[in-house]
Amino acid sequence: MQTLEALTRDARALANGDIVLSAPETEVARQLQICNACRYCEGFCAVFPAMTRRLEFGKADIHFIANLCHNCGACLHACQYAPPHEFAVNIPQAMAQVRGQTYADYAWPPALGQLYQRNGLTLALALVAGLTLFLLLAVVLHGQGIAALWQAPVGGFYGIFPHNLLVGLFAPVFLFAVLALGLGVRRFWRDVTPATSGAPLSAPATAEATDAVLRLKYLDGGHGDGCHNEDDAYTLSRRRMHHLTFYGFMLCFAATSVATLYHYLLALPAPYDLPSLPKLLGGIGGVSLAVGTAGLWRLNLRRHPQHGDAAQKPMDRAFIALLFLTATSGLALWAVRGTAGLPLLLCLHLGAVMALFATMPYGKFAHGIFRTASLLRHAVEKRQPNPIGLGAD
Amino acid sequence: MSGDAVVDVLVIGGGNAALCAALMAREAGASVLLLESAPRAWRGGNSAHTRNLRCMHDAPQDVLVDAYPEEEFWQDLLKVTGGLTNEHLARLVIRESSTCRPWMRRHGVHFQPALAGTLHVARTNAFFMGGGKALVNAYYRSAEQLGVQIRYEAPVERIEMEGPRFVAAHLANGERIAAKSCVLAAGGFESNREWLREAWGQNERGEWPADNFLIRGTAYNKGVLLKHLLDDHGADRIGDPTQAHMVAIDARAPLYDGGICTRIDCVSLGVVVNRAGERFYDEGEDFWPKRYAIWGRLVAQQPGQVGYSIIDSKAIGRFMPPVFPGVKADTLPELAQKLGLPVDTFMCTLTGYNAACRVGQFDHTTLDDCHTEGVAPAKTHWARPIDTGPFYGYALRPGVTFTYLGLHTDDTAAVRFNNQPSPNLFVAGEMMAGNVLGKGYTAGVGMSIGTAFGRIAGTQAALASKRPVALVEHASNATKQGANHANA
Repeated sequence: MQTLEALTRDARALANGDIVLSAPETEVARQLQICNACRYCEGFCAVFPAMTRRLEFGKADIHFIANLCHNCGACLHACQYAPPHEFAVNIPQAMAQVRGQTYADYAWPPALGQLYQRNGLTLALALVAGLTLFLLLAVVLHGQGIAALWQAPVGGFYGIFPHNLLVGLFAPVFLFAVLALGLGVRRFWRDVTPATSGAPLSAPATAEATDAVLRLKYLDGGHGDGCHNEDDAYTLSRRRMHHLTFYGFMLCFAATSVATLYHYLLALPAPYDLPSLPKLLGGIGGVSLAVGTAGLWRLNLRRHPQHGDAAQKPMDRAFIALLFLTATSGLALWAVRGTAGLPLLLCLHLGAVMALFATMPYGKFAHGIFRTASLLRHAVEKRQPNPIGLGAD
Repeated sequence: MSGDAVVDVLVIGGGNAALCAALMAREAGASVLLLESAPRAWRGGNSAHTRNLRCMHDAPQDVLVDAYPEEEFWQDLLKVTGGLTNEHLARLVIRESSTCRPWMRRHGVHFQPALAGTLHVARTNAFFMGGGKALVNAYYRSAEQLGVQIRYEAPVERIEMEGPRFVAAHLANGERIAAKSCVLAAGGFESNREWLREAWGQNERGEWPADNFLIRGTAYNKGVLLKHLLDDHGADRIGDPTQAHMVAIDARAPLYDGGICTRIDCVSLGVVVNRAGERFYDEGEDFWPKRYAIWGRLVAQQPGQVGYSIIDSKAIGRFMPPVFPGVKADTLPELAQKLGLPVDTFMCTLTGYNAACRVGQFDHTTLDDCHTEGVAPAKTHWARPIDTGPFYGYALRPGVTFTYLGLHTDDTAAVRFNNQPSPNLFVAGEMMAGNVLGKGYTAGVGMSIGTAFGRIAGTQAALASKRPVALVEHASNATKQGANHANA
């Protein structure tokens, strides 16, 4: 009996005590130890209030807190311990490196987590593959050889690609992306929940986290003047451009959803014209997405070199570029409707959209999913009694 | 500076007081050049390590709760300085602290409610969002936008005077910069190791205590101009060179710029022994935030200028987490060994202390009734036996925040020579804080003094730069009356 107990104890110790931290996780733990003894940045965002509820930082704590960080840069520019100080505290960078690891570690299926390694290349290849697919389809389907690519089609773009073919191609890819992201974030949630009080989601916590996500609360600097981009000046430009991108994307998505309903429920097939709802949503969404991604691209190029993880720049930029291409090619379709330019442009647009959805679970898109999960856990945790009682209060 | 045009106001220094002076002078219409001795990455001096401003207020005010009236602020100051203050100047600072924040906000400073672990000052202190470096960044940005010229890595070696009148500053590289008036706000001398050594001298054990001091703030406060003004120009002095804001900090802290995070907050929850393994002061005299400022000096008086804060597991989670992990041991003798303390004496001290504890209702948030009987020194609150492993030990060193020796001044912030104010040379910040804070410390008061006198000095310097030189004698007579009032 005693032997069994000893074995159980050892196994538990191995399971609990010997979780080995990766290099980026160790770095976050080191820096948070310094931050927790300083706490000047508490007003900026959710990271530091979450930190003050802890004395030590385990793997789950680190992944939870890293995904709370919005890489706004406020704590870096305000930090008395930032480089060149020997403590070399750079929270935005350390957190970004762990986030990169989170995305890869929690990817489903796990083997595809490797696609994060050279993500710019991944997205470029996906785009080439998507484009090739639709070019070949266009040529093959019409039996006119390559000339099919520059002839004004009969019957609009469904004349090039029948509706059912498009549904048959996009629906599985989209559903797979949803499934992969869902399974990934479910595992993240399960790992992080015990480290964040274990309490279940409540309505007020959900409402607070949803508000933080939809308003990008943590890019406001805690005072409303915004976050940082190229230097120590506060700016609202990152928040605004992200809003344009996010809401533009959502409007485009809504346009597609409404169009699907029109098609199946109302038997109203595309194309639609103004002032139909799909056209309005798509038009506004497309412009918003194009402007937002152009803005984010410009901001990304000018970003302070110490912000975030330089190794993830290709991932960020490839994602921004793909979104921009999707938006602008979609808008251009409108312009070339009924002309000989349509087939090629349609292939480009559909190829871009295909690449976007196919890589969604293995690219920058994941940041929104994991950050939302962390914000939800934070909103739950902050409503529990603080486990740390400091004498100074 | 291109060199030809004489600037109106020259500000020497680059921290809070200097920036306040530069901003006020510029707002008053003067052309301003600010010389910061540090490189840009290290700009702001000790201000980059600060976190709040002690503020008088008669009613709740945005981030400040309740009220902190002038009289209470004054009594607090009187208490911590033991009377080594100037009531006229102190009240000037106090009143200014109640009105300066809208101006600070206009220049980009953000405030936030008291930080976790600092609720004891939620009533008295307004916290800068992001701390002092965020404040310094905001001021530099605002100054640049207003057209203040800023030069980094521009240490001033000496100034050129004509009698009591400032003429020009000479940089270390030999450059001469003339200006119509000047504000000195270049900090104390805490990072001048030689001067600290000389000031503290040799003790009865033959040690040079200052050799073991750590500097919590900037490495750039060498006191070059302070020494120059006192020794070479005979400026009127205030304060004692051994007086400083000195805290007991983690002995592993870096030599400079360890800042806030190197403090050790568990002293009142355990005992502190010296190198010989003996206790030397009541660790539970009062709440730690009211006592931390005396422990630097207490440790400085111990052999080797080192102390060891000893706690057991009962204290974990009840104090601000330290930046470096403590030395940990399962037994007290093992801890003594790991800390390099004489085990027998250490055990004798701990056994005696443990036996003397009269534990009542332990509550680390009030002045509780847990105390010792029959040991010297007594521990008057929070005395519980140190008996629950694992045990933790933290080596402590004196950490100097800033020095109090400075230039005597008046309510116009003028530098004084033979008790006469200079017509165009002013002083602010650590270089004159000793006028208000002769000894002791209370959180946030350094920033209150720096802000108040920085603003006064900037305004006065702008005025002085516009006065024709011929009228200066008349003006200095006017300021003398203020000074007489100050000395009354």
